[in-house]
Amino acid sequence: MSGLPEASSFAGRVDGLFFAMLVLSAVVMLAVFVTMTVFAVRFRRGRNVDRSGESHRDLGIELTWTLIPFALFVGIFAWSIHLWIDMRTPPADAETIYVVGKQWMWEFQHPGGQREINTLHVATGHPVRLVMTSQDVIHDLSVPAFRVKQDILPGRYTDLWFTATRPGTYDLFCAEYCGTDHSRMGGSVVVETPAAHARWLAAHASGSLAERGRTLFTRYGCAGCHDAGSSVHAPRLEGLYGSTVPLADGRQVTADERYLHDSIVLPAEEVAAGYAPIMPSYKDRIDEADILALIAYLKIRGTERESPHAPR
Amino acid sequence: MHRAESSYLTEGSTLASWLTTHDHKRIAILYAVAITFFFFLGGIAAALIRLELATPHGDLMSADTYNKTFTFHGVVMVWFFLIPSIPNTLGNFLLPLMIGARDVAFPRLNLFSWYLYLLGGLFTVTCLLLGGVDTGWTFYTPFSTLFSNTHVVLAVVGVFIVGFSSILTGLNFIVTIHTLRTEGMTWLRLPLFVWSMYGVSLVMMLATPVLAMTLSLLAIERLTGVGIFDPSLGGDPLLFQHFFWFYSHPAVYIMVLPSMGVVSELITASVRRKIFGYRFMVYSIIGIAVVGFLVWGHHMFVAGQSMYASIVFSILSFIIAVPSAIKVFNWTATLYKGDITFGAPMIYALGFVGLFMLGGLTGLFLAATALDVNLTDTYFVVAHFHYIMVGGAVMAYLGGIHFWWPKITGRLYSEGWARFAAILMFLGFNLTFFPQFLAGAEGMPRRYYRYPDEYALLNVLSSAGAVLLAASYLLPVGYLLWSMRFGERAGPDPWGAKGLEWETASPPPSHNFERPPVVTDGPYAYVHP
Amino acid sequence: MPEPASPFDDLAQQHEAAQLGMWAFLATEILFFGVLFTGYTVMRLLWPDAFVAGSRHTDLPLGAIETGVLLTSSFTAAWALQAVKRSRPREAGWLLLFTATMGVAFLGIHGAEYRHDYLSGVIPGIRYDEVGDNAPREALFFVLYYVTTGFHALHVLIGVVLLCILARLAFRGDFLPENHAPLEVGTLYWHLVDIVWIFVFPLYYQVGRA
Repeated sequence: MSGLPEASSFAGRVDGLFFAMLVLSAVVMLAVFVTMTVFAVRFRRGRNVDRSGESHRDLGIELTWTLIPFALFVGIFAWSIHLWIDMRTPPADAETIYVVGKQWMWEFQHPGGQREINTLHVATGHPVRLVMTSQDVIHDLSVPAFRVKQDILPGRYTDLWFTATRPGTYDLFCAEYCGTDHSRMGGSVVVETPAAHARWLAAHASGSLAERGRTLFTRYGCAGCHDAGSSVHAPRLEGLYGSTVPLADGRQVTADERYLHDSIVLPAEEVAAGYAPIMPSYKDRIDEADILALIAYLKIRGTERESPHAPR
Repeated sequence: MHRAESSYLTEGSTLASWLTTHDHKRIAILYAVAITFFFFLGGIAAALIRLELATPHGDLMSADTYNKTFTFHGVVMVWFFLIPSIPNTLGNFLLPLMIGARDVAFPRLNLFSWYLYLLGGLFTVTCLLLGGVDTGWTFYTPFSTLFSNTHVVLAVVGVFIVGFSSILTGLNFIVTIHTLRTEGMTWLRLPLFVWSMYGVSLVMMLATPVLAMTLSLLAIERLTGVGIFDPSLGGDPLLFQHFFWFYSHPAVYIMVLPSMGVVSELITASVRRKIFGYRFMVYSIIGIAVVGFLVWGHHMFVAGQSMYASIVFSILSFIIAVPSAIKVFNWTATLYKGDITFGAPMIYALGFVGLFMLGGLTGLFLAATALDVNLTDTYFVVAHFHYIMVGGAVMAYLGGIHFWWPKITGRLYSEGWARFAAILMFLGFNLTFFPQFLAGAEGMPRRYYRYPDEYALLNVLSSAGAVLLAASYLLPVGYLLWSMRFGERAGPDPWGAKGLEWETASPPPSHNFERPPVVTDGPYAYVHP
Repeated sequence: MPEPASPFDDLAQQHEAAQLGMWAFLATEILFFGVLFTGYTVMRLLWPDAFVAGSRHTDLPLGAIETGVLLTSSFTAAWALQAVKRSRPREAGWLLLFTATMGVAFLGIHGAEYRHDYLSGVIPGIRYDEVGDNAPREALFFVLYYVTTGFHALHVLIGVVLLCILARLAFRGDFLPENHAPLEVGTLYWHLVDIVWIFVFPLYYQVGRA
């Protein structure tokens, strides 16, 4: 990966493992090739050499070259898994950016409400978690310079995280074949210093994502049932995010992004205990980007962060 | 020897006598002809792909045409060439000979499988003529069910039908090996090629039904608009991937196990020694066939499956590399104290070992989850599986065709041309696919018809290599066909090789042996001084 | 004595090959149905309520009758095999015909079920009148139901044809107590058809009715 910049906190560690395996593979290849060549030259037809005796049928030899590779493989496995579990475990303080993939573009939504198409701005030094979903087929967000890649599926959220380390502009690809313009479904990640990133955010602020969500909450009519003054018996949503919800069928679920998403598009599936399943499905009536904005709003609804400024 | 000598080739010369034959040797020839046709059909698609990628800007064909081209290349090469290649040609021809039988257990079923293969091929070619299919050979949902506007159902039906050909061949071979071994041919006296056919038949029989049923569900979903893979109904597109790879990973071993068997025969005959560690070679074939069913999830490390599933699939994928390593070491050790000649089959075999080793070692990179995240869906993967399937399986197939050519046709090919083609193939192959490792390691995604300029140099090298590779595939067609008419006549055993197939005439008589052979010794009974 | 077919040395070898071939075939069948049952398991775990709701549309009494019919037919098939072993080929012929009739009866009842399903509009993609939030996920149940039972019915149909041929061979006196490989293979196949149904019945007809 010599030509590829190392632009995230994973990159160095991934490359370390890569080069370790490269060296190991080279040693094995070389050893086998040299042995083969020596045998091939020494025992070629016409050479007068000692060919007597049966081949070794030594169990020891077979076990040696069974167990040594096995031990090596287990070692590499352990190294790789250790690194990979880190790559799959976003830190709690990571900033969440929502991503929607659709044929054939990327849409990014920052928590501050900034929306971008095909370009993603992030700051160095701060962990970023991308929560992603697809509006149509399976896509895959890949940033080789960060050594991260994750498929994006319709109907569910997947995530990946990274901490960018080096300012610059890096390729972003769709890595899962998604139809005609798969090879054009790319863009770039712009990594900036924290100060530059703050300036960029300020210049592109347009009301936070949560505020957009609040507007949508009214526009889609959610408030009609879920507001405190409503006459409809509907669950209160204040402080819902992250809490444990008892369901009508006796199960309990954590109100995470998936639960909120599904409750909007498939409200009949996981009905909160004590409520009638009267909410209509919003499937096909709301796009994924708007759902993400609603989720961002639900996360802060009822907390002191909800109204730092007077409502507009 | 005079021309009037009767052999399976002289039994009848009319087209009808070929198309209604029950003789496993003639059916092998039928397969060889059909498979060669599809190989070059897929090869043309490959040539178009490399031509398009010679420049980064996507200026030869449209994106849709490119997508259809690589899909067609994949579908044809996987299902109509690689999977049937060695089992249905060399396997059909040699399996009964090697175990001293008159034929396979179910000769009519054998012919029927060939017709199924043709019927499947007919659907696939029809699909191409009507405009093709653009889903990739993996047919991932929901793209294939809800979004693609191409002839997905036709392509899927073609694969479905050819799958039955595969199942029936596997079943036939299993029963043949179990019931038709000649007197004295005990299990541990079977040549490794027969063992590899046994392993591959198990996989064909037990994995292919899963593909067939999965593709049926896909076709039904596409036709009716309702199905269990559709996320908008609450279905699960990942379930499709699980089913698909449950078949398609073992399918990789369908492609490579027979190659291992062929190479074991080629090396022992060229070295004139017993194979080193016969029992371990047998165990590793069975080990690969069985564990091959348990590693499919390593195709899905970034697909969204659970972290714990990935951990299990990762360790199992490392474990399955162990038997492959054992095989490489045993082949190397077989050379020790040999009486080695370097005919074309040996060059192919050594080429196979080298390319297979590189393919296998890079497979370990992909089994390591942390590296796979970066490498999967890039050209690194493309290079890796071409090293196994083209560098491995095709080299072994051609090596085997050369080695048994005198047995099949009764004629010797031109040794000089054959060596030249083998070496050209090795060089052309490496020039084509090694640069793809580098492009992939630097992040170039697969299935892109245009790509960033920084990958241009590597792609030009790769396309140049493809020219050499194409030449090395065309050459054997020329000199092998030439040899059928003008080649020197071969005796029963031109290489001085051991094995029952060399104890009968070349070409063999219709009933294979004058009288049923009796086996008194293990395989590869070369006399060590 | 009949002659062994071409690649075989003797009848015992041919018999062994036929039996092994059938067992191998049954193994592939299990994998075919295995995909459907795996798909069923995954979907039911995802959407338990929809599966209960879907299952209410299946006809439990008819399903039970079908089960009885198939079990009876499996019994008579086994009986036919015993009859041949005791040198009573005509008895075997009648038993095989009876078995085939049971197979036809099964198909008839199942056809009636499909017709009823069509009338009540629970065939996704053709006529689907279910409404409500659960309707799409109920459709998943129905897709699996029709693919599984349809694929099974195809097996029954093939089995009926096989049984008729076997009955003819039995009447003609082709089966001897020591040589009746086709009959063994054929009845083995019929038992598989039966066993698959034993799984289909509770999975599709009895969800939430335990």
